[in-house]
Amino acid sequence: MGKLLNLKLRVWRQDNAEDSGRFEEYDAKGVDTDMSFLEMLDVVNEDLLEDGKEPIAFDSDCREGICGTCSMVINGTPHGGQKGTTACQLHMRQFSDGMTITIEPWRASAFPVQRDLVVNRSAFDRIQQSGGFISVRSGSVPDANATPVAKEDADLAMDAAQCIGCGACVAACKNASAMLFVAAKLSHLSLVPQGQPERERRALAMVQKMDEEGFGSCTVTGSCEAVCPKEISLDFIARMNREYGMALIRKGTV
Amino acid sequence: MAITGVGLFGFIIAHLLGNLLVFAGPAALNEYAKKLHDLGPLLWVARLGLLGMVGLHIWSAIKLTAANKQAREVPYKSDVLPVDGHRRDDIAVKFAARTMIFSGLIIVAFAFYHLAHYTWKVPQINGIHDDFETYYVQADMVTSANFTEGEQGKNPVDVYRMVVTGFKVPWVTGFYVISVALLCIHLSHGLSAMLQTLGIKNKNTEKWVDKGAVIFATLLFLGYISIPLSIIFEFVKLK
Ligand code: HEM
Ligand code: SF4
Ligand code: FES
Repeated sequence: MGKLLNLKLRVWRQDNAEDSGRFEEYDAKGVDTDMSFLEMLDVVNEDLLEDGKEPIAFDSDCREGICGTCSMVINGTPHGGQKGTTACQLHMRQFSDGMTITIEPWRASAFPVQRDLVVNRSAFDRIQQSGGFISVRSGSVPDANATPVAKEDADLAMDAAQCIGCGACVAACKNASAMLFVAAKLSHLSLVPQGQPERERRALAMVQKMDEEGFGSCTVTGSCEAVCPKEISLDFIARMNREYGMALIRKGTV
Repeated sequence: MAITGVGLFGFIIAHLLGNLLVFAGPAALNEYAKKLHDLGPLLWVARLGLLGMVGLHIWSAIKLTAANKQAREVPYKSDVLPVDGHRRDDIAVKFAARTMIFSGLIIVAFAFYHLAHYTWKVPQINGIHDDFETYYVQADMVTSANFTEGEQGKNPVDVYRMVVTGFKVPWVTGFYVISVALLCIHLSHGLSAMLQTLGIKNKNTEKWVDKGAVIFATLLFLGYISIPLSIIFEFVKLK
């Protein structure tokens, strides 16, 4: 067992999407430094339940940093601000005894708060559905080496494919821009041969959908890159801009 | 935003190079000004082009800022305090990037003043109530004519005398230096943002671009302020 911490939590409580919400304070006593942040919240929720109070609603699923569900802003920083780490992989040893920790939901017009720390991130799904896929012939699995991909392209595509769609980039951005997410999804598909046939259609559709959903625009502040748990690079946004520009030209829109 | 930014940036460089001729003496600067004026209709094309670019830049800036505000209707209540404290500067938005719209709008206000000062030559606002409209130079481009002899459109304008007289006023120079400082803060973010928006920046050039933008903006700042400061401290004076 690790050390034990006594903490004060200031947590955003909101009954439903229409409620205006407020902060409430809780004591988290005897928190083991080996706990993850979400485990700490579980313990606080146990106490709340025992007192007959409503537990804090928050999203989580894999708890191993791969699903992107555990959205929360910890001390003003999405996922808490440990480099390349999701909230579920953040450990209490990063905090010191007696600290006050403020926890808020993602705040973006395109991600409406449902309850407490839970936001609706369907806007990301709709962006994906607008073009973030490849339409392949179904059938048996193709031969492993049937479609050669250059090593550099494969590496870059893999870097982009790491995005887990958590939305921290939107949460961190002062403009609530989703460009890092969309850039990662676009770049991932446009770098491999399988993504070529729909390349232009995809760029146009995804960028258009992103704007429709009410996300802001990139002003190159770099906050997204700094909080991204998968360390997706800002370069992908430059790549997306290039991709989108080329698509406009090729489709004769400009 | 980026395309008009490129255009404005081009103007800012060309304008500086022209202005630096003040160090080459009255003849060089007045000669250059005359050449510009002699362009006639072409000068108007350039002026309208520039005006259009400024208009579009401001229009898209206001639209962008408003849309980006709307994208987060409910602001965060807490300050950025990441567990890795040293990463705060990467996560929190830098001053120049946060204040683009304000530095931009103040530059516009300055630009209007600057035009009223030297282009429209409004005597009431130059601090000495001298009418710059009466500053003409003789054919040698150096010797100032008597006030009464000059005639608009006929005698070349004594830009050198106008600039040197104009910047002799401390608050004019002060306002100028502050505005140019804001312009360069604007550009220290704007230049690297521009390359990113146009899709030119990548991993290999990123460090270089960000540093380059700051260095370039600083050089522009030094270039621009060298003129009024030299005049105030009398390194450059009327012959
Ligand atoms: C001579 C004057 C100016 C120059 C040389 C200049 C240059 C630039 C450049 C190069 C950019 C980067 C474009 C991009 O992000 O892709 C930019 C962005 C911007 N400019 Fe200007 N600008 C000038 C005046 C103004 C004015 C008058 C305004 C104000 C209303 C303004 C507001 C903005 C805003 C809001 C941005 C955007 C945003 C950002 O990326 O954060 N600028 N400017
Ligand atoms: S780019 Fe990073 S921060 Fe944004 S959704 Fe993907 S993993 Fe999350
Ligand atoms: S719960 Fe899956 S990434 Fe955190």
